[in-house]
Amino acid sequence: MADLEIKDLGVQVEEKVILKGANLSLNKGEIHALMGPNGSGKSTLANVLMGNPFYQVVKGEVLYKGEDLLAMAPDERARKGLFIAFQYPVSIPGVTMSSFLRTAVSARRGYDKELMPVGDFQKLLKQKMSELRIEPAIVARYVNEGFSGGEKKRAEILQMALLEPEIAIMDETDSGLDIDSVKVVADGVSRMYEQAQGKLGILLITHYSRILHYIKPSAVHVMFDGRFVVSGGPDLAEELEQSGYEGIKSQVEVIAAEVKNEGAVRRAGKVFWVAH
Amino acid sequence: MAVTNQLGIDLDKYKWGFHDPEKYVYKSRKGLNREVVEMISSMKSEPEWMRAYRLHSLEHFQQRPMPKWGADLTQINFDDVFYYLKPTEKKERSWDEVPETIKNTFEKLGIPEAERKFLAGAGAQYDSESVYHNLKEEWEKLGVIFLDTDSALREHPDLVREYFGTVVPPEDNKLAALNSAVWSGGSFVYVPAGVHVDIPLQAYFRINAQNMGQFERTLIICEPGSYVHYVEGCTAPIYTTDSLHAAVVEIIVKEGARCRYTTIQNWSTNTYNLVTKRAVAYRDATMEWIDGNLGSKLTVKYPSVFMVEPGAKGEILSVAFAGKGQHQDPGGKVIHAAPHTQSVVVSKSIAKDGGRAGYRGLVKIYSGAKGSKSAVRCDALILDDQSRSDTYPTMEIDEEDVSITHEATVSKVSDEQLFYLMSRGVRGDEAMNMIVRGFVEPIVKELPLEYAVELNRLIALEMEGSVG
Repeated sequence: MADLEIKDLGVQVEEKVILKGANLSLNKGEIHALMGPNGSGKSTLANVLMGNPFYQVVKGEVLYKGEDLLAMAPDERARKGLFIAFQYPVSIPGVTMSSFLRTAVSARRGYDKELMPVGDFQKLLKQKMSELRIEPAIVARYVNEGFSGGEKKRAEILQMALLEPEIAIMDETDSGLDIDSVKVVADGVSRMYEQAQGKLGILLITHYSRILHYIKPSAVHVMFDGRFVVSGGPDLAEELEQSGYEGIKSQVEVIAAEVKNEGAVRRAGKVFWVAH
Repeated sequence: MAVTNQLGIDLDKYKWGFHDPEKYVYKSRKGLNREVVEMISSMKSEPEWMRAYRLHSLEHFQQRPMPKWGADLTQINFDDVFYYLKPTEKKERSWDEVPETIKNTFEKLGIPEAERKFLAGAGAQYDSESVYHNLKEEWEKLGVIFLDTDSALREHPDLVREYFGTVVPPEDNKLAALNSAVWSGGSFVYVPAGVHVDIPLQAYFRINAQNMGQFERTLIICEPGSYVHYVEGCTAPIYTTDSLHAAVVEIIVKEGARCRYTTIQNWSTNTYNLVTKRAVAYRDATMEWIDGNLGSKLTVKYPSVFMVEPGAKGEILSVAFAGKGQHQDPGGKVIHAAPHTQSVVVSKSIAKDGGRAGYRGLVKIYSGAKGSKSAVRCDALILDDQSRSDTYPTMEIDEEDVSITHEATVSKVSDEQLFYLMSRGVRGDEAMNMIVRGFVEPIVKELPLEYAVELNRLIALEMEGSVG
């Protein structure tokens, strides 16, 4: 069984169905890219995996290291090594980054009543900030408050580096960043991945393929309209880059009927998942 | 050792609900009349003018009806209160001489700790009388006086007589009249012209006897160009019948002087906390009130700044936290009675478990106070559907050439914020705590470090169990 196993996951918000049956298996040591047009359900999937109370799971299950992930509160998921880098991190006025980060790292590292010793924490923080080339001044500011788009994304990556997750979901971390910032963020993630030596799995959600020039995925999945429709190797991302989502969509439609009868259909090294 | 009351409530759960066995040299009987007031005055060997002042105040107190315009005061029974206690025979000056039981109380409150750190002069009020007063020698050389008000009356009678009751006269309100009749203890601070007292002067106040009213009287005089920061922290042990705290604080800030008065209160949840705090600021003087209100059954307190000469400034920052069965009715008044005066009022209130917290304030600008500026901001955070926040801002503006702003927000803790913090492994209750701490941070950061730590700890205690 995979470390993260998503089976036929259906999700809605109020009356609106957003995920119609998503399936995915992700292991530590793997990087999967999840692509798809706006509104296809990528961010919903990410938020549901982390336990955002805004979304209601209506069917399916998610197993994390063999346990029922959906039964856990968000904080429990995080302490067990699941992480999400948010697309739109919220600000917490009056709470400094440093106190927030220390509390979070302490929770992840199993300090129960007390916090991680301040000296140890500062050392760790300093090291991670210099690796990610983050301005130290950021930790004296309030969580995400008044941060530029780029600062928010870098702060998310800093949290990821500090919390050392086993499975990390990165929700459009590259969107809204200029090309230099994308490279800095991607380098940081790549370094984390290498340092983890097979102990970190990443689900990289992205709208564009440019970040995939820096972070090479082992698998690429495409979502349309609340479903995974195509899975394949790294070349699928390149194909998308050339043909756009429309190109894939027409292929999907052509073989849709065929798939309907047989479930997954393998064609030219890609797996089409139109129906299950 | 577990202490329970008749209802079987575990009183130990109230963090600072410990109390010493009562050991008082003198305890007056309950209730208030002329005889009790005469007795208080004679026990203290006061000058005739103070005795007359007390009796005049008593008369006024008895004639005046209870205020009905605000919070509910009808449950207070003035006949069921002790008006005077004297815990030990004589004043103690060095820590070693303080009786052991009283020392234990201070230990629990962390006074010696504070002393070691940056507390140089500490006045600690133990019920009605100060038992411990320590004033750093260099301040004495500079002419700074920091005494309990009873001692000040004996040692500096002319100074006390000159200013006592000039800012808050007994006729001001019923509770001020009560305090003027039966006052005991409190701090007296005198800062000579041009003297800057760099380290905050601190006093702990504490009620220890059941049904004990605490009526301290504080008077601070800042001569021209001086600076002082006075800090009071209040904790009271829990008891099963209601306690009454009715203090008066008067402050005179003369030309170019600056005074900051910081209060952190955590009265037990059966205490009525009815306090009159007022300052007069003269030319280019600055008065700052910083007020943290936790605990108590009802707190009614509107620190005021009367800006009576050009260039005077007033600032009032307050935090109120109302839990179950509590009503916090704090606020502030800024009176602009001269041109080019400026005021800032920031109020943060938090209500949970059916508590009620809010803001009641007055901005008054007299005709002719040209070029004056006032900014009021009140934010309320409501933690659940049972709790309530009220804002009663009053503005009386009789001058056109002024700049006034008023902003008010009422918010609930957002699910997005909670989810964000929890997605990093922070437990739900701690996440809620962090958000609340962040909410009050603009005021906490104005506090001396150890008081900031204490306020955060008190809020954490109040917050316990607020999430699922």
